[in-house]
Amino acid sequence: MAGQSAILDYPEQEYILPGNRLCAGCGVTIAYRFILKALGKKTIICVPACCLTILHGMYPKTPIMATTVNNTFAGTASAASGFAAGLKATAREDWHVLAMAGDGGTFDMGIQALSGAAERGDNIIYVCYDNEAYMNTGSQRSSATPAGALTSTTPVKPKVQLKKDFMKIMDAHWMPYMATVSSSYPGDVYEKFLKAREIKGTRFFHLSAPCPTGWWYPTKDTVKIGRMMVESCIFPLYEIEDGRLSLTGKSLSIARSGGKKPIDEYIALQGRFNKITTEQVSQFQRHVDQQWEALLTRAGF
Amino acid sequence: MEQSLILTGTQAAAEGARLSRVQVVAAYPITPQSKIPETLSGYVERGVLKAEFVRVESEHSAMGVCIAASIAGARAFTATASNGLAYMHEQLHWAAGSRLPIVMPVANRGVGAPWTILNDCQDSISQRDTGWMQLYCMNNQEVLDLVIVAFKAAEKLLIPCMVCFDGFLLSHTFMPVVIPGQEEVDSFLPPYVPFHTLDPENPVNINPVVLSEPVADPDGVISPGYMGFRFRLQKSLEDALPVIRQTGREFGELFGRSYEDPLFRYRSEDADFLFVAMGAVAGEATEAADALRQDGVKAGVLGVRVYRPFPAVELYEALRGRRAAAVIEKAISYGYEGALTSELKACFYGKSERGPVISNFIAGLGGKDVAASDLIQAANASIAAAKNGTSPDRAQWVGC
Repeated sequence: MAGQSAILDYPEQEYILPGNRLCAGCGVTIAYRFILKALGKKTIICVPACCLTILHGMYPKTPIMATTVNNTFAGTASAASGFAAGLKATAREDWHVLAMAGDGGTFDMGIQALSGAAERGDNIIYVCYDNEAYMNTGSQRSSATPAGALTSTTPVKPKVQLKKDFMKIMDAHWMPYMATVSSSYPGDVYEKFLKAREIKGTRFFHLSAPCPTGWWYPTKDTVKIGRMMVESCIFPLYEIEDGRLSLTGKSLSIARSGGKKPIDEYIALQGRFNKITTEQVSQFQRHVDQQWEALLTRAGF
Repeated sequence: MEQSLILTGTQAAAEGARLSRVQVVAAYPITPQSKIPETLSGYVERGVLKAEFVRVESEHSAMGVCIAASIAGARAFTATASNGLAYMHEQLHWAAGSRLPIVMPVANRGVGAPWTILNDCQDSISQRDTGWMQLYCMNNQEVLDLVIVAFKAAEKLLIPCMVCFDGFLLSHTFMPVVIPGQEEVDSFLPPYVPFHTLDPENPVNINPVVLSEPVADPDGVISPGYMGFRFRLQKSLEDALPVIRQTGREFGELFGRSYEDPLFRYRSEDADFLFVAMGAVAGEATEAADALRQDGVKAGVLGVRVYRPFPAVELYEALRGRRAAAVIEKAISYGYEGALTSELKACFYGKSERGPVISNFIAGLGGKDVAASDLIQAANASIAAAKNGTSPDRAQWVGC
């Protein structure tokens, strides 16, 4: 399990300057701030066309104080692999290579290059920040969109299919370290990245990043919505080190002491679930319960 | 020390990469190119070549790795062909737009559908407009030499370069190849110094969203808009030919084989009729030219070695005043004619001096044999068209 830093231990250096082009209430920025604090300035960030491109700003200005290289949509992991190889070939392995792609660039279009990099064990940290649809292009459905959600390409009938379990896919790559993190628990984000930076090989993070624009909730509720996802075990927090799974933070305390919330309030707060059917809600709840039970078993509870 | 070996085209390409001391190799196998990464992976594993070899899962990732490695400051190399090259397409634009001196041999092969593993040039001609330089080789010596020349020119110009050579006809055919000594190659090709050095104290955002209009940066310096970046790439390519010529001349001074001329010329000086071709078929055409000469036709050959940047002035000079030319192409721009033919015709537009009557022949697609007799027939048809003053308005398909 990750350690615990006191608030005063966080580096004062900010890598995201005030003022950027992302939507108000964006969950990504909260987590990204702590990711960069944990990794430090010797980090190369690989970014495809995604919400993060918007955060990084338009030429010739950027609010990000770390070296960034934009790459093709399907090419985030291959860009990261290329930096890992290029830095090794030029004896500069003290840099961290951080790939940051959304669920579109990871679950869908980027999966091939990511699977290749993870299987080879390339020395990169790959983060999928998951806002559960193609948010940068206007909230179109992705394979990370949960069943029951309206998107701009499921505008009348809510999405039928369940969200892809991406951690299971990555788990099948025998990676040294992978973890889930939520933008509503930045301390947990910071600790897990501190840990990951000391590990060699491909490290994968699934970052849950609520999106007021695409999920249709008030911008002030981003942290609340993200917490509800963890508290209801829709998005449990855990890490897998060399195949050993450990629950962390709030999810660990739920495993130990109970207090798992139903998903109803989480559903009710978001406009994207306006047309979810009763059957879909119970299917959603059943699915969450099954996955949580399986996770508890694997974690030794 | 220099030595002579009998090598296939793929082995020659791998030797060119080894001698260029490439630092990152990322490649995915595809016939007829596969022997290049196979050979290089062996060199890396045996310690003959000090490089990172990334066994990528696709050509898209191969170019993705090369792009990033090149930005990181490593000399990057890959190789591909056919559908593999097509799969790379967006990354080709990305590499050229990022101004990275990546070198990539292409073992020319037809593109599906339907499948063929055999030779034509549709793969690389289809990538003509990606902003890469394109060189076409006539034999395996050129494959080795031009990989080295390509790195030097690419690094001077900050433009990536394809070294194209015919699949099977060169890739799998053994020919004598002179392998230059490493020391001599080192004196010709110094270590790669990237344009931009990664510096944690001066972070940058490479290839962000660019507006259509130029804008001032926070210091008031006007920075180009999107078109400004594209214009710079075009300008550099327009100015690239003298650099390639100079690099080819320097190579000749050191190794005795000059690539100063963007064209291969065979008995062209006094020719009334010229074959114009790219790659191995230009070599084949020399035989046909000899046979035509025996029949009293003053025939010669122009091989286009440098296709991008396009040597329009050299081609105009080489063809003006001639009576007929047959452009033999192993690719076509569907719905019109061969790309080289259109471009050759354009060389003469608006010029005072008339060019030859140009006939276009599409030949050898998907490995179809191009015999000397096919070429002689094409020559005779071209000469007849010139005599009748009838410029054929369509590409003629050889053997269809």
